Amino acid sequence: MKQHTIDAITDPVLTVEHLTMQFGGLVAVDDLSFNIGRGDITALIGPNGAGKTTVFNCITGFYKPTEGRIAMRRGRNVSDETIGALTETGRQFDRQGDAVYLLERMADFRITEQAGVARTFQNIRLFGGMTVLENLLVAQHNKLMKASNYSIGGLLGLPGYRRAADRAKEIAIEWLRHADLLDRADDPASDLSYGAQRRLEIVRAMCTEPSLLCLDEPAAGLNPRESNELNQLLRYIRDSHDVSILLIEHDMGVVMEISDHIIVLEYGKKIADGTAAEVRDDPAVIAAYLGVDDDEVDQVEEDLGLRKPDQPYDKSDLPGENT
Amino acid sequence: MTHQDAPTASNRPEGAALLSEQRRDAMGGEPPFVPEPTGDSRLVASIKDAVITAAIVAGITLFFLAVRSDIDAGGLVLTLRPGLWMTWVAIALVVRFFLSYFFYRSAAPISGWLKTVVMPTKRGVPIGKTVGIILLAMALTLPWLLSTFLPGQNRYLLDLAILILTYVMLGWGLNIVVGLAGLLDLGYVAFYAVGAYSFALLATNFGLGFWVCLPMAGLFAALWGIMLGFPVLRLRGDYLAIVTLAFGEIIRIVLLNWYDFTGGPNGILGIPKPTLFGIEFSRGEGGFADYFGLEYSTVHRFVFLYYIILALALLTNFVTLRLRKLPVGRAWEALREDEIACRSLGINTVNVKLTAFATGAMFGGFAGAFFATRQGFISPESFTFIESAIILAIVVLGGLGSQLGVVIASVVMIGGIELLRNLTVLQQVFGDNFDPTQYRMLIFGLAMVAIMVWKPRGLISSRTPTVIYKERKKIGADAVSQGEGH
Repeated sequence: MKQHTIDAITDPVLTVEHLTMQFGGLVAVDDLSFNIGRGDITALIGPNGAGKTTVFNCITGFYKPTEGRIAMRRGRNVSDETIGALTETGRQFDRQGDAVYLLERMADFRITEQAGVARTFQNIRLFGGMTVLENLLVAQHNKLMKASNYSIGGLLGLPGYRRAADRAKEIAIEWLRHADLLDRADDPASDLSYGAQRRLEIVRAMCTEPSLLCLDEPAAGLNPRESNELNQLLRYIRDSHDVSILLIEHDMGVVMEISDHIIVLEYGKKIADGTAAEVRDDPAVIAAYLGVDDDEVDQVEEDLGLRKPDQPYDKSDLPGENT
Repeated sequence: MTHQDAPTASNRPEGAALLSEQRRDAMGGEPPFVPEPTGDSRLVASIKDAVITAAIVAGITLFFLAVRSDIDAGGLVLTLRPGLWMTWVAIALVVRFFLSYFFYRSAAPISGWLKTVVMPTKRGVPIGKTVGIILLAMALTLPWLLSTFLPGQNRYLLDLAILILTYVMLGWGLNIVVGLAGLLDLGYVAFYAVGAYSFALLATNFGLGFWVCLPMAGLFAALWGIMLGFPVLRLRGDYLAIVTLAFGEIIRIVLLNWYDFTGGPNGILGIPKPTLFGIEFSRGEGGFADYFGLEYSTVHRFVFLYYIILALALLTNFVTLRLRKLPVGRAWEALREDEIACRSLGINTVNVKLTAFATGAMFGGFAGAFFATRQGFISPESFTFIESAIILAIVVLGGLGSQLGVVIASVVMIGGIELLRNLTVLQQVFGDNFDPTQYRMLIFGLAMVAIMVWKPRGLISSRTPTVIYKERKKIGADAVSQGEGH
């Protein structure tokens, strides 16, 4: 786990600098800076209203930040100078050399299409009237659009498009296999159970072939068994597809279990940033979650009988650890 | 604590609560069984309903039907018309009785039986495909069928078939925008008008023929579709509907007032008829009949027009069905389901909406060009809002997104209106003064209400998946979103 946090410093996939988002007089995110390490699972946590989803919406382009820079580095080991130079040019991205994208300048759909940032939503947004398989094919839209020569080749039934369509279907079926949804492939997405819908939304985002996957409360409303299935899926995604994951989560079990790196927000400001163990023992975090002043934290912790930092979390009872 | 079970004042139930508790105890915790109140039998209840309805109708219509006041020289003259009044009360009584007996109070209502009939079969050839093939075979052989079985009304019925097919084509075109992409368009007639005027102006000013102008009319209409698309990109729901409605009116009013260009209310005359590889359908030397050694008949031209519109409609259907299985078609349906999710998947929703508007408009333009060549004369009067409303009604009645539904709805609506024109049978019921043509819109409206009550999501509301892994399953209407079309 340690080397992942070092990645966040030496080769981050996403760098957020001085991000500020104002809604009228309300400052939802205030001068926030953090890095997301390549290949890490990074969790963004914080009490309700801390600005987590706002940060998400800024990264994925659904909001235009008031201030700040969000740099996505698809290429490895891109220097800060390169990003600085790109910022000066006023362009949105540099695909030729280092594959750097300045997300705050790009439209939401281009962020997914070109910068490779895919997302899911807090309230699941599936195409309910379309089948599970169709949902995954819609996610491969841009690739298939090119293959169908912008519908002309597809209308004429050219073999190039047919090959691409078959390939897209294979990819979709492969993902369904990993999400354990293959036997539901021909059912409408709205007929799936809640946990299955969550998994489907994640694999649908993965079908856009992202470098960074942003998950907004993926474990919300899941029972423990479904949470474990989700953990396994996320680990599989990180390990086999070279995808970094950023997730917002309230379920501390999930967060502590799978995160390599945790960022804690409160009132739009970062109050802690580190590994699971570091964050768990941070007095500011405990204060934020328990709602007491910093100097009272030790007292409260003792009163509640919180577990000792050297025996942090009993992982043996959660499956998925041995993968 | 020995007296634990002894009731105290605070926990001892009283009255009805006690009774209920005792009953529950006796049944081992089950809630008390209350027998369903035995009401009147079905017949008695229905008669009661009917009598109440008749009384209400009698009361409401007393002053409208039973008493008639006329202005006469000496003032108002009252005439009593008990016969008429009683007739309507009797009608209310009988209709209500039948409704009560067979629908409301029936254990197995007829409406349930109707529902099971249209349910798609799970196995074997789907019923939609069978019906589609039968309809296609009928459509292809229709001129022959008519000349064989109904030679007397051949021309009239063929003309009606052409009209119905025009609406089928328009319905299929609008289905792309409303049914697939879920964008409610109340101004579809604008593209019909653009297509018609494009052809008419090109033909009369530059002497171009139908086959050259047809693709151009489609292109012009598609261009206008994109022009309409741009301003409404950010609009949703009711606002989208209002702006498209306004667009339809703008086009019509411009056509009406731009006298120098469009001829204003006088319209455009002398639009050429389509030719078969340069052979005209005229009498005499070099005409179709002369060329093929046939006896001249006006029906030939109608048969030719019929096959043109049939080919155009089938082209629309083929392209739509093909597009549905292409990424662009899937993106349309995804847009109808959830626009934000589309954007999160990297789909450029601006392009998706514009292609939907342009494709739908293009087919509207083709249909417009055909309309112009069939009529030989066009004026802005042909492109009023009622046309948009009829086309939209066809799409909604047929079921958003359903190709077969549009055909059935067109036949029912356009054919039905024509049929009502000829319902002289009703004159024997309501007297010689009764003019069925005056009531046809009323009857038509009632029929629409009935269909919407019976099938609120249209005649064919299930959706067929565009791709299958193992098994093709129909998707029920409740799962499918209606987009902005609701």
